[in-house]
Amino acid sequence: MKRISDHPVLGPLTHAEIGIEFDGEQYRALEGDSVAAALLANGIRTLRYSNRTGEPRGIYCGIGHCYECRMTINGVQSVRSCITPACDGDVLESQGDDREQSGDF
Amino acid sequence: MISDVVILGGGPAGLSAAIAAAQAGASVVVVDENPRPGGKLLGQLHEEENGKWWIGAEVSKSLAVQAVEAGVQILPNRQVWNLSPEWEVSLDGGETICADYAVVATGAAERPVPMPGWTLPGVMAIGAAQTLTNYYRVRPGDRIAIVGLDPLSLTVAHELSMAGAVVVGIYLPGMNDFAKEQADPDRSLKYLAGMSDLAPNAFLRLGGKLAALGALRSLALTFYPPTGIPLMGTRLNLRKSVVAIGGQGRVQYVDVASVDKLGNPGRTRRVEVDCVCLSGGLYPVQELTKGCELAYIEQLGGTIPLHSPEMETSRPNLFVAGTVTGIEGAKIAMAQGRLAGTVIASRVGLLRGPELVAEAEAAVDRARESSAITFMPEIKAGRRIAHERWLELDGSSLTAKKEIYT
Repeated sequence: MKRISDHPVLGPLTHAEIGIEFDGEQYRALEGDSVAAALLANGIRTLRYSNRTGEPRGIYCGIGHCYECRMTINGVQSVRSCITPACDGDVLESQGDDREQSGDF
Repeated sequence: MISDVVILGGGPAGLSAAIAAAQAGASVVVVDENPRPGGKLLGQLHEEENGKWWIGAEVSKSLAVQAVEAGVQILPNRQVWNLSPEWEVSLDGGETICADYAVVATGAAERPVPMPGWTLPGVMAIGAAQTLTNYYRVRPGDRIAIVGLDPLSLTVAHELSMAGAVVVGIYLPGMNDFAKEQADPDRSLKYLAGMSDLAPNAFLRLGGKLAALGALRSLALTFYPPTGIPLMGTRLNLRKSVVAIGGQGRVQYVDVASVDKLGNPGRTRRVEVDCVCLSGGLYPVQELTKGCELAYIEQLGGTIPLHSPEMETSRPNLFVAGTVTGIEGAKIAMAQGRLAGTVIASRVGLLRGPELVAEAEAAVDRARESSAITFMPEIKAGRRIAHERWLELDGSSLTAKKEIYT
């Protein structure tokens, strides 16, 4: 999972760089990225943890239907990262790993 | 907010409907859930019959520009919470849009392919991989297994290879309660035959050629090489199925079973991958057509709203366009959208005479005839059944509709 900086049909990428924060670390991304795409370009696949089992979860449907990619974005919980644009300065957090506190449902 | 027309969904069908209605002079609002208009068209990329590349992102941009130039108001990042009659659209942020006409162009979604390990990060729907690769320009993995055989999975396999990924193979899903038909090698071969008429690229043509054996199909399966056949840098495996996905915290491998002619698994081998793309096929999304007369038509990919040749549903002034009416390509969706937009412009009183509507209707037929790729092999039969079901509808809704025409 790497950025496709050049492509035989689509040509080179020319988007401007932006900076984002994920779980306290700083990353670079490109303008026009979705949050999920921006993280994947940095090698990050796990976006949240199951509230029941604590198992990691990542992008699944990519069209906002399945909610598997939900994250806390700029303090707002359970935002679908696959259809949310990444913006310079975004603070992103994985969620659901506090299962001890949230109880067993 | 008040407009003549409200369109739900800013993909190829919705944008085309918006352009047609707005160019005739109607006021049009398009609502879409995504940050940018284009829908699933954004990620499309394939070589056409004429050797030119169909770049979905560019087509989407061109449609959006035409729409905005015609005065269409596009509202992205909005979720529709309700559509109530004649017509009031409630959005998640509290906004309301009132319009005389509504077009539902909500498109399609992918059928899930559940199997052991499918919740691991790195497993995704084939359409998600397509958009990541061609639109966001992020490779979803370096070594990828594709599970499920259909025009979309074959096309995306090619696209992933072009983007520098190693596609280790295209496999059938393992036989289980969710994937009975898809796991059947014979059915998969038949499916390949059905879509082979006018395949958009060499990749699909080769697959089609194999399946065109027709009566020799079962013989082909008997002699089908156990290692699959090479196709554009990957292997098409009709005799292998992925029975499980595994790894610690992310995808690290798939378990691939050799299968007999009937799809029953035999010996299993482990193949290292960092991404698995599941392709279960598409179904039309009916979240906003609940009050319409619906019908389940297998050949169209699922449940669809019955509609007139002019794209109007059983609820007067509620139109549909695109894959919400059945699984077909973007060009057909665009033609359906233009038809819906033109009919609405005519109803609003912005067009003189029936010629433009007739021309838009003929354009849908032409788009179907020249379609390079058929997602559903028996789409023509499906359309015929849908039309017959529409004609069978009687009762108040159609009577009301006739009154509008007179």
